[in-house]
Amino acid sequence: MHFEYQIEGGNFTRAGFASSEIKKMLKQLNVDLAIIKRTVVATYEAEVNVVAHAYSGTIYVDVDEKKIIIKLVDEGPGIPDIEQAMKEGYSTASSRVREMGFGAGMGLPNMKKNADDLKISSEVGKGTTVEIRMRFSS
Amino acid sequence: MSTKYFHHALKFRKEVCIGCSHCMNVCPTQAIRIKGGKAELMDNYCVDCGKCYRACPVGAIIVEQDDFNQIFRYKQRVALIPSVLMAQFPEKVSLTQVSSVLMELGFSHVYEVEHGAEVLKDQMARYINERNNDMPLMSTFCPAIVRLIQVRFPTLTENLILLKAPLDVSASYYNQMLLDEGHDAEDIGIFYITPCAAKIAAVKSPVGQEDSSITGVINMDFIFNKVYTAVKQGFIGKNTCHIPRLDPMKSYAVTWSATNGEAACMPGRTLAIDEISNVIEFLEQLENKEKHDIDFLELRACDESCAGGILTSSNRFYAVERLRKRAADAEKKRKEGLIPYNTAGPIVEYSGFLQENIEIGRIQPRSMDKLDEDIGEAMKKMKRVHELMDTLPYVDCGLCGSPKCSSLAEDIVQGHASITQCIYVQKRMEQEGSMSAAESMEIMQMIWGSEKFEQKNKAKEIKQ
Repeated sequence: MHFEYQIEGGNFTRAGFASSEIKKMLKQLNVDLAIIKRTVVATYEAEVNVVAHAYSGTIYVDVDEKKIIIKLVDEGPGIPDIEQAMKEGYSTASSRVREMGFGAGMGLPNMKKNADDLKISSEVGKGTTVEIRMRFSS
Repeated sequence: MSTKYFHHALKFRKEVCIGCSHCMNVCPTQAIRIKGGKAELMDNYCVDCGKCYRACPVGAIIVEQDDFNQIFRYKQRVALIPSVLMAQFPEKVSLTQVSSVLMELGFSHVYEVEHGAEVLKDQMARYINERNNDMPLMSTFCPAIVRLIQVRFPTLTENLILLKAPLDVSASYYNQMLLDEGHDAEDIGIFYITPCAAKIAAVKSPVGQEDSSITGVINMDFIFNKVYTAVKQGFIGKNTCHIPRLDPMKSYAVTWSATNGEAACMPGRTLAIDEISNVIEFLEQLENKEKHDIDFLELRACDESCAGGILTSSNRFYAVERLRKRAADAEKKRKEGLIPYNTAGPIVEYSGFLQENIEIGRIQPRSMDKLDEDIGEAMKKMKRVHELMDTLPYVDCGLCGSPKCSSLAEDIVQGHASITQCIYVQKRMEQEGSMSAAESMEIMQMIWGSEKFEQKNKAKEIKQ
């Protein structure tokens, strides 16, 4: 099955909507709870990243009996050095974002920790694509 | 879905139900359907919060209780009363007075439930400090919340604090004390005067515990009416001087069951949330996180916590004010030296024994969102749900007998309902010529009962 969700850059009040929808779907599918937890944590981080850094984005979700692929495609500034961004504590967040409890520089490392497979590609000035893959059989 | 996980204290009386669907519309877990003009409860979805009980305009929903006379099967008849019971009465009605009426009714012992908090408080604080969790630890005080987490937020069950509630601590204490006094176990009957349905359900099918020391449950409204009538009629207890164990409670114990009662006593950053919809909103967000600043979460199903229980009689805000006043007065008396500050009640003499037995077993998640045990089947059903949702109008009118379009779609894939129950679908089918007005009427009667349509033959006149 295929689903799409829109993300609005800068609007933190809506951040987490898509993650909640994905969570509900995985509960309906009776996916193992530990896998649901990891999927939702990784997706939520990714969703908040788009809200915090990009102008807009789309989440493409493909789910079947064996796996879920969550692809977040944003239009935004891009990440100049992905390797550096993957390091714990590295952050470019503005003080406004930090005040809201985001931007501690744990986003990407957390996503990597929770996802079975994480792919990031980015083009400076254009945007970033994050792909989270999860397998349902542990 | 055939396994019944929970005992429910809320019972629907079909003969009284008028099928008005008020209960269905307020149920926070979408556990109610209308069939044949009567409300039906889907047992495994219900968490016994009691919202339906409050919404019912005709008293068709009742809270099952044990027969009062069963207390006489026991030689030692203990009434465990929560501080919320005292808070139902005007201040001039004293604890001694209430207790003496309870003795007159047949109890041989009266004990205040929240004494259990005097043993539990430090154990809970230690539990939180020892774990130093990334996620907030959640109290198991409110049984409706424990069930809500089991069915709706299964990934959060691991954050529940696996310690007994004050009620169970007090019951264990009193039971053990009577045994130590030489009474036989079968002679001891411990009865809890409950402000809500969830506590009854929890006593009848305890979660995380083998069994409960509590013998039975008596509804608070029943006791309140008995006691208040006696008080109003000027009853002066003969037994007043024989009431045992009415030790002054610690101030924090008096307000333990009020909102922020537990949270105020716990270490670190705490949060107290009452009313089940507020709790659901918060837990929905919490499930997305793996780290959170809050260390302890106090969650209660009722607005104003236990003072807002469905079996209470007094206004909940007023009751909370009385609880706080009682706590403040006790604190003042302690400061003035009228009550000894550090003299612990007799429950503390048993703290060693109680602490040894304070832990409860793991609380199992029982997710009720799953469409099927098998992921392949669940997938097929989910596809079907989404297809159906494209047909349904997204107005959640409830005329199909399900509370929401999404619940109708799920009921259809589970084989409990038909798409033709949707009034919008019926209208479209009528227009397409695939359904007659008679067929449409038949379906509506099947859902709402024929009575609702019978006397309405004047509809045409009303229209003019």
